[in-house]
Amino acid sequence: MAHSSELIAKDIDEYLHQHQHKSLLRFIACGSVDDGKSTLIGRLLYESQLVFDDHLAALEADSKRVGTQGGDLDFALLLDGLTAEREQGITIDVAYRFFSTERRKFIVADTPGHEQYTRNMVTGASTADLAVILVDARKGLLTQTRRHSYLVSLIGVHRIVLAVNKMDLMGYDRDVFDAIEAEYREFAARLGLTDITCIPMSALRGDNITEPSPNTPWYTGPTFMEHIETVELEDLAHTRPMRLPVQWVNRPDLDFRGFAGTVVSGTLRAGQRVRILPSGTESTVARIVTFDGDLEEAIAHQAVTVTLADEVDVSRGDVICEAREPAGVADQFEAHVVWMHEQEMLPGRPYLLKTGTRTVGATFSAPKYRVNVNTLEHQAAPTLGLNEIGVCNVALDRAVPFDPYTENRDTGGFIVIDRMTNNTVAAGLLHFALRRAENIHWHAVDVTKESRAQLNGHGPAMVWFTGLSGSGKSTIANLLEKRLHALGVRTYLLDGDNVRHGLNRDLGFTDADRVENIRRVAEVGRLMVDAGLVVLASFISPFAAERRMAREMLEPGEFCEVFVDAPLQVAEQRDPKGLYAKARRGELPNFTGIDSPYEAPESPEVHVNTAEQDPGQAVDLVLNHLRAAGVLPA
Amino acid sequence: MTTNIEHTRLTHLQRLEAESIHIMREAVAESERPVMLYSIGKDSTVMLHLARKAFHPAPLPFPLLRIDTTWERMAEEIGFEFITYVNPECVEKGINPFDHGSSLHTDMWKTEGLKQALDHYRFDLAFGGARRDEEKSRAKERVFSLRSAQHQWDPKQQRPELWRIYNGRKGPGESVRVFPLSNWTELDVWQYIWLENIEIVPLYFAAPRPVVEREGNLIMVEDDRMRLLPGETPETRSVRFRTLGCYPLTGAIESTADNLTAIIREMLLTTSSERQGRMIDHDQDGSMEKKKQEGYF
Repeated sequence: MAHSSELIAKDIDEYLHQHQHKSLLRFIACGSVDDGKSTLIGRLLYESQLVFDDHLAALEADSKRVGTQGGDLDFALLLDGLTAEREQGITIDVAYRFFSTERRKFIVADTPGHEQYTRNMVTGASTADLAVILVDARKGLLTQTRRHSYLVSLIGVHRIVLAVNKMDLMGYDRDVFDAIEAEYREFAARLGLTDITCIPMSALRGDNITEPSPNTPWYTGPTFMEHIETVELEDLAHTRPMRLPVQWVNRPDLDFRGFAGTVVSGTLRAGQRVRILPSGTESTVARIVTFDGDLEEAIAHQAVTVTLADEVDVSRGDVICEAREPAGVADQFEAHVVWMHEQEMLPGRPYLLKTGTRTVGATFSAPKYRVNVNTLEHQAAPTLGLNEIGVCNVALDRAVPFDPYTENRDTGGFIVIDRMTNNTVAAGLLHFALRRAENIHWHAVDVTKESRAQLNGHGPAMVWFTGLSGSGKSTIANLLEKRLHALGVRTYLLDGDNVRHGLNRDLGFTDADRVENIRRVAEVGRLMVDAGLVVLASFISPFAAERRMAREMLEPGEFCEVFVDAPLQVAEQRDPKGLYAKARRGELPNFTGIDSPYEAPESPEVHVNTAEQDPGQAVDLVLNHLRAAGVLPA
Repeated sequence: MTTNIEHTRLTHLQRLEAESIHIMREAVAESERPVMLYSIGKDSTVMLHLARKAFHPAPLPFPLLRIDTTWERMAEEIGFEFITYVNPECVEKGINPFDHGSSLHTDMWKTEGLKQALDHYRFDLAFGGARRDEEKSRAKERVFSLRSAQHQWDPKQQRPELWRIYNGRKGPGESVRVFPLSNWTELDVWQYIWLENIEIVPLYFAAPRPVVEREGNLIMVEDDRMRLLPGETPETRSVRFRTLGCYPLTGAIESTADNLTAIIREMLLTTSSERQGRMIDHDQDGSMEKKKQEGYF
């Protein structure tokens, strides 16, 4: 079936020539161990002669020791990778498997099927051309079958193989198969899935895997292998307008300036008119450069280096587009978001978003709704947790080139990165740009921050006190304001008491509300800084990400982070408002330092240790900093 | 590679080549001090070839690093910035695979040597030639694999990788190992070497060499550091190596394949896996996974 040994032995050159022209098919296999997914993949590897004698010997030994097939070869054991998984008898991550036949090379994304592994299924589907969805003939369509179908359709995999497995256990009954097929087609049509091939099989016994099974004479369709070897690979990327996200500017000397990247859709041609986004500049493709010589044209998936006819400014993250059909450019979107991290989404928190080769700052609105992946119902939700999918608005700090995801996976898909840990915490699919942002323009003003500073005789600043409850923030902030006032400096003090009773009285103390609390304070503080004031903000502000957000709203030098550092025992001993006592009694949930974390600043402008320094000394440190930073006259 | 696009679709090797180039460009764009780990093996050789394609016409934007175990005979000058690192502790203590076992030998020379070299030159990203089809625990390895400041691989901290978007960001002291050949199989590598006419080192080709048979493996007797056990006498047999990654820990195979197509034919008709000759894989159950957690590539 797989590799013709005769030809290899006789004429290896001819064999290599033949195999040079193989195509590539990437597919995702969805299902759980119970459906026989691992058995199917294990058998595909076995049938394509990728199981070597030493693996086979190990497999035989393992099958006897821990196999579930009563001593028969347990193909599933060829696959499980990590020790932890083997011990638990489950697979917990996406594994990639490879096999090839005379016609094609296959890359299989092998993903576990449990509900909690939505993350893995979406990851595996993102690069797939086709999805294999396994069904146990004894059980028919299950909730997970619907979930798998929804997820692959969401990610844009429209070619489905429904593998109705374990037909041997149902006596190869045609009625069983027909009923499952009919029910599935009806359900799939509602998801917009119409390209469906249903195959009755037994992965364990080998029915309809590579050879038509004598047990299913009523089935006249292709075997599994025949189907995946011959299915038409009509790749939408080839028919879409040309896009090339620039990865790297290649500039070995002053005479050469090329833009290296992968053509993600369409066809790039020498002489083609192109538009560079987001700038909108137009030029013409001069050369398509490769190590193997210049090309006249390059098609989707080719990695090339482009030179342009004009000296235009192009950098990493820009997208070179077909000029007549350019991508859109926007900074606010509606998007599907798949949350992939244990730490839930915090609406309003600044994250990084990477689309194509461009990374920008991003914040998410609270979800408009969450999708129940089992029932497809839309549900109200304040946030998204691990493996949850919802629709949110996304606001970026800069405009980016984009296409709707349904038209282009590469220019419409994005990942979300946590700014502190750098973890990839979510993936998303852009739907469309929101027009709102474009209609709100900053009104240009003649009286500026600089002119106000001149009038005031001092510069504006935001002094941000952070620390545990009871660390001494308010005491120091109060004293500082008195000293500044005496120096003739215009000030205003923002603290929990004066904002939580008004502006933020709708907020509680969950992580999401804490983030929103700080975001509003930072926005108000920014307006006051613009008005020329020295703003003192005194908040526990336990998360580094939000303090950084406040910092980044201001110009360099305007933000002064003061870490009011007191050991927990000291703060708890002081307990001026009796809050620690309450928290210890369990009456105040989410109390920082007790059952909610405090992320200490790594490099604050001023670090005060209140166990050792008195408030007067602390104020002197801040004043010195403000003088050094040019906010106050020296 | 042939630049004519037939049937307006790329072949599997063209797709793999383009993917590897894309990965290398992302990695370089998102790192401060990249480096490419280079052994004399075929995978390294293919990776280097792909890197030249990725950055052409510019020279390679990173140096090559070889962790020297003093056993491999180095390829001659190849015209790239080249750094060789030897773990001084191993030299001082004379760590060798025969007195100290394959596990300790690899740990000290390779794993420790690599960590020291990365720290010494403050590289924040290292390309490696590993493939997912090599070993079961590698099937789940990411293309961009994050390592802690202590170079540890934590299976729970690996990031999901979607589409062709890679996240190369890292915290202070952390580093990233990048595997551009992740989706290549052994056959793909050989076929590409044949197609692109890439030169590989002679150890891959069969030749008469002195060997002893030990625990089912044919071990080459190169010089007097390889001490013979009682009863062992080297004999000359026609042998070659399928993999050189951990030489001299890699066993030779008997073969008469002395040219490229003969090697490929032998590979296609063989019935044992590529890593079978590697002693470290057999040291203990789940040994590759354990090695990775400790910082082995």
